[in-house]
Amino acid sequence: MKGNFVDNLGKIYGIYTGGFIGFVIFLAVLEQVGVPNRIIGYAFVFLTIAVYAAIGIMSRTAQVSEYYVAGRQVPAVYNGMATGSDWMSGASFVGLAGTFYTLGYDGLAFALGWTGGFVLVAVLLAPYLRKFGAYTIPDFLGARYGGNLARFIGIIVLFCCSFTYVTAQIYATGIIASRFLGMPFEIAVFVGLVGILVCSMLGGMRAVTWTQVAQYIILIIAYLVPVVILSAQVTGVPIPQLMYGQVLQEIAVLEQTKPGIMETVKPHFMPFTNYDPLNFFGLIFCLMLGTASLPHVLMRFFTTPSVREARRSVGWSLLFIFILYFTAPAYAAFAKYEVYNNVIGLAIADLPRWVSIWTEVGLVSVTDANGDGILQLAELRLGTDAIVLATPEIAGLPYVIAGLVAAGGLAAALSTADGLLLAIANALSHDIYYRMINPHADTKRRLVIARTLLMVVAVFAAWLASTKPSDILSMVAWAFSIAASGLFSALVLGVWWKRCTSAGAIAGMIAGFGVCMIYLIGTQYGGMEKWWGVNNISAGLFGIPVAFAVTIVVSLMTKAPSREMQEFIDAIRIPRGDAIMDKRDAALGH
Amino acid sequence: MTELSAEQARAHWSRTRGLMWIVMVLWFIFSFGIHIFVTTLNEIVIFGFPLGFYMAAQGSLLAFVVLIFWYAGRQNAIDEEYGVSED
Repeated sequence: MKGNFVDNLGKIYGIYTGGFIGFVIFLAVLEQVGVPNRIIGYAFVFLTIAVYAAIGIMSRTAQVSEYYVAGRQVPAVYNGMATGSDWMSGASFVGLAGTFYTLGYDGLAFALGWTGGFVLVAVLLAPYLRKFGAYTIPDFLGARYGGNLARFIGIIVLFCCSFTYVTAQIYATGIIASRFLGMPFEIAVFVGLVGILVCSMLGGMRAVTWTQVAQYIILIIAYLVPVVILSAQVTGVPIPQLMYGQVLQEIAVLEQTKPGIMETVKPHFMPFTNYDPLNFFGLIFCLMLGTASLPHVLMRFFTTPSVREARRSVGWSLLFIFILYFTAPAYAAFAKYEVYNNVIGLAIADLPRWVSIWTEVGLVSVTDANGDGILQLAELRLGTDAIVLATPEIAGLPYVIAGLVAAGGLAAALSTADGLLLAIANALSHDIYYRMINPHADTKRRLVIARTLLMVVAVFAAWLASTKPSDILSMVAWAFSIAASGLFSALVLGVWWKRCTSAGAIAGMIAGFGVCMIYLIGTQYGGMEKWWGVNNISAGLFGIPVAFAVTIVVSLMTKAPSREMQEFIDAIRIPRGDAIMDKRDAALGH
Repeated sequence: MTELSAEQARAHWSRTRGLMWIVMVLWFIFSFGIHIFVTTLNEIVIFGFPLGFYMAAQGSLLAFVVLIFWYAGRQNAIDEEYGVSED
């Protein structure tokens, strides 16, 4: 092939996508000729991990800017794909449709919250952070708020939100690997860990970027295929996103007329049956501002070649995320239709086979509460995570589709874990070691430190995941409130309000983060009363306003930032010119 | 590269800020505003979809995607007008 890697991206990923489709068809043929399911599960898990590892090894690098920001040459569209898979975790892939299924309208708060935040990223932050040219988010805080205290608080917030998040991803990886490889969960966690490490350790951001693009392609194919088949089966048209309207109407009829359902059902469309309006809108608010504060997402926009590309890249990111998110409500509707229509009302003795399979896994349970031998809605408990994973079986599709879904879920969890681990390790190696401890460390030493810390953090997270901490998944939702309370005000005011002072930002970060943590820990473990009935996943509803108020008041009470700082902010606001960080480092002789 | 005068820089930033507020208002409408009226909107049914439900499930999401691309285009035009875009 002529030209360098970046010029040939279209060709390379085109061949890759074709190869993957061919691989799926090949396995489908193998299944038809009688190859056992177990082999097909192994093929999906190991071959996809092997491909990610190969990309990771091919992209290995010894250059600092390649390691931290992929040499700033990732085109907008590809950065969009990478951000899409960086963003969509095991929770989005496996859990989102199930949440819609269980909560009906109220679950849509997650769809709104996890997409609308990108508008804030595009308008308020991404272009300015890109112009600044940081390697990490604490780097920006340190430069804008003059010194290591702001940087250090940034690192603490980053660590709190990213570490719980990465533990949940490794946990999800372990669940998928153990189910499809049939090995004990504790060992499966470490198999997943190897997959994560080979991608991120050798090549840093560069390897993670190109792996995430590959993972996006697999996860989106895996998400769309089963629901497209389902749509074709039920409605005759393979466009689920459009056709599920009809299905929603049929669900509404079943909800009102079918015995066994109509007695206990919460109607699918009916708003505010699970969350009251305050919690519904509060959750949207926290998820959106959290999206715009999570370091592993923001740092993806450091990798584009220009400020203009950074802006467009946010649009591409959201488009690629949108493709999955606007399919999820259809997924939920088709699954609900199948269950209401074909499962409720059956004799409990002859339920379909998938019910018993998923009961063994622990995601489904059936109890004949009234002892009449007939299944009522209230007697069937479908776990949130079962909807996407079990839909292929609910619809009676071949096993190869179930394997494909597993590969997609694995891709989603691995790609997010890669991004998160990198964010943590970079903060430790770049911000703590290089900026705060040893500013004269040479390139080689910095990269050795970065890789070592990556290993340590990863192994620690895997160990924690292997102990199956019970509420780790609810802690993921907390990460958004923590990030938003601790970082959002300091980042946004740092760009948009010149009068914002170091003392103000530092006080605001501490106050916001503090209030959020007190509310989270107090209501979860300390038996504290909820304030105005706000659920603790929306703790940011208190932390964010406090952070803004404290930042503004303290800023106005302290001396305005220096002239140099004002000029620094002016430079960030204009796209033209070199990245500011690079200029500074050059002046300092680094 | 010609230096940008302080006045031009101020004008550029005031246009940029104006665009930011427009986008923020639209963002607020699609994030919160219309969903307050979900019960009323649900009485309108298009192609099987109650409108209130549809806006939260797909409509607002699509609006966010369009909004970001529109913003990126507008901001580029502003940058070019003031000669501060990248080459």
